[in-house]
Amino acid sequence: MTQTTENLIEVKHLKKYFDVKKGLFSRSDRQLKAVDDISFSIKKGETLGLVGESGCGKTTAGRTLLRLYEPTSGQILFHGKPLEKLTHKELLPYRKKMQMIFQDPYASLDPRMTVGEIIGDPLDVHRICKGKDRSDRIRELVELVGLKRDHINRYPHEFSGGQRQRIGIARALAVEPEFIVCDEPISALDVSIQAQVVNMLEDLQERFGLTYLFISHDLSMVRHISHKVGVMYLGSLVEIADAHELYTNMQHPYTKALLSAVPIPDPDLAEKSERIHLQGDVPSPLDPPPGCAFQTRCAYAVAACREVKPELKDMGNGHQVACHIVS
Amino acid sequence: MKLLQVNNLRTTFHIEAGQVQAVRGISFHVEKGESVGIVGESGSGKSVSMLSIMRLLPDNAKIEADRLLFDGIEIMDMDHKQMRRLHGNDIGMIFQDPMTSLNPLFTIGDQLMEPIRIHLKLSKAEAKKKAIEVLKMVEIPSPETRLNQYPHEFSGGMRQRVMIAIAISCNPKLLIADEPTTALDVTIQAQILDLMRDLKKKSNTSIVLITHDLGVVASMCSRIIVMYGGQIVEEGTTREVFYNPQHPYTWGLIRSMPKVSEGEKKKLIPIPGSPPDLLAPPQGCAFAARCEHAMKVCTKYSPAAISLSESHRAACWLMHPKAAKAEREVIGS
Repeated sequence: MTQTTENLIEVKHLKKYFDVKKGLFSRSDRQLKAVDDISFSIKKGETLGLVGESGCGKTTAGRTLLRLYEPTSGQILFHGKPLEKLTHKELLPYRKKMQMIFQDPYASLDPRMTVGEIIGDPLDVHRICKGKDRSDRIRELVELVGLKRDHINRYPHEFSGGQRQRIGIARALAVEPEFIVCDEPISALDVSIQAQVVNMLEDLQERFGLTYLFISHDLSMVRHISHKVGVMYLGSLVEIADAHELYTNMQHPYTKALLSAVPIPDPDLAEKSERIHLQGDVPSPLDPPPGCAFQTRCAYAVAACREVKPELKDMGNGHQVACHIVS
Repeated sequence: MKLLQVNNLRTTFHIEAGQVQAVRGISFHVEKGESVGIVGESGSGKSVSMLSIMRLLPDNAKIEADRLLFDGIEIMDMDHKQMRRLHGNDIGMIFQDPMTSLNPLFTIGDQLMEPIRIHLKLSKAEAKKKAIEVLKMVEIPSPETRLNQYPHEFSGGMRQRVMIAIAISCNPKLLIADEPTTALDVTIQAQILDLMRDLKKKSNTSIVLITHDLGVVASMCSRIIVMYGGQIVEEGTTREVFYNPQHPYTWGLIRSMPKVSEGEKKKLIPIPGSPPDLLAPPQGCAFAARCEHAMKVCTKYSPAAISLSESHRAACWLMHPKAAKAEREVIGS
């Protein structure tokens, strides 16, 4: 995988602030800075893993990228074409190229629609095919994700969690996308089923040259599936590097703490491993600390960390770290 | 010394569609001061077996057992009053979801002091003192003010700490933790696991940890019980199960996890298919339909548990002397 391919997705200084309404008599509304100035790019056919604790903004980042949320500021480039200013009508052809797989396979499928209707819906919306072509395509998609033809007329409640996630994947694939945001696609599944779904995602990537943004809090699965991994903390990207590099040569104190907390499924190694204890909780994104977002819990924090927000700096080989201490 | 002894526990749910045989004849024990991990996927009967022992199941559940001894006393013969004693004083339980297992209408203090006052028969003032003490034990900062707050004012990890505080407030001999960290982030999970490890060391409490995460049991438990389809398929010390697993289901669990020391990319090897329907459990071995080593005998007769050592046993026909040898997957290979 040494050949240089073009960037399919490029994100520059993306911000997403949510307004939090206060009382009628207050002077101004507060802002929740869910995603606060992140930049990254994903090469065609590769997977970027996005990890972090709940509330760090990884899901918001994924959704803003697809313009399911309107970005507050920043640029989203798809094949070099900026998406953030397009009207809904102009955006429609791009919607076809960018799809999403959701976390909860129970909530993301309409219980009143059959599998065939669920998978056929995007075909109708984008007027891709109808009649016999449409039913052929649905049959093809169902088989592509490892379900059977006679599943087409069944309803979601008749399926297990893993099978439902397959239906969600078939729906995303229906419009032949180039880019898929996978938002915690395996978190709700059993261990033995997780591997089935991850393998399928890898096979599909190889077959159709798909590009993924893989959002998850399962750090070992992210390492397995991703080419590059980004670590988020309180709306900021603190470190991003090639998967192997990040897991073996992590630089940011938060990345170190996060990775040391992953339980190791091997009794001997677990005994030897040392854990970095983090003090306190993640600060509220409504009231983030000044300077570096992590300074309140960082054992190495110095004066500069409390004043200036560190920028991502390249350490060589595309390994970027946002930390004043690391240089 | 055995704290909990379970012989041939069977739990059946009567529903409209028929009888769901959730637990199908399991036997195990828990020693004093020991931590045992029960692993298996959803529907394998791990939670139901623990709830059966606590007799906390709804009326449509039928629980049968040859023996269900807690500290030498038969649980099946206990009356209502003895059961209440067992629930609060002797066995504490932590559930998976800290969001739904606390009552949103009462303060943390109310919910924490209720069992203390009932079971330890303390006055209100003494109960408050004890409540502050246990909140300190689970490392909740400024416990005095926290007592007057409601569950919504706590984060997920903090709520799980409160649940642990309630469970240990009456100094139980056995702590049953049902997926205590599944809903939490890894950093919080590590804190909660540290806390449980400390408790075990300090008060010699026995712990039964139900989980589907092999990583969690590897660092927490000295013994592992692997359940599949309502039965125990393998049981042994943590090292025996990780380094010398005997049952193909255990192999499958180990293989389907990404390797820790992964240099280059290797394909995960999933377990094909899905778990059996316990409304009509299959004849023979429950895992046979998903097992790549299945022989004719597996679909006809249930394998009996065979002991490999004093602590290690597994139920698989592959261990029969006439069976063909199978490649097994071991951690670190």
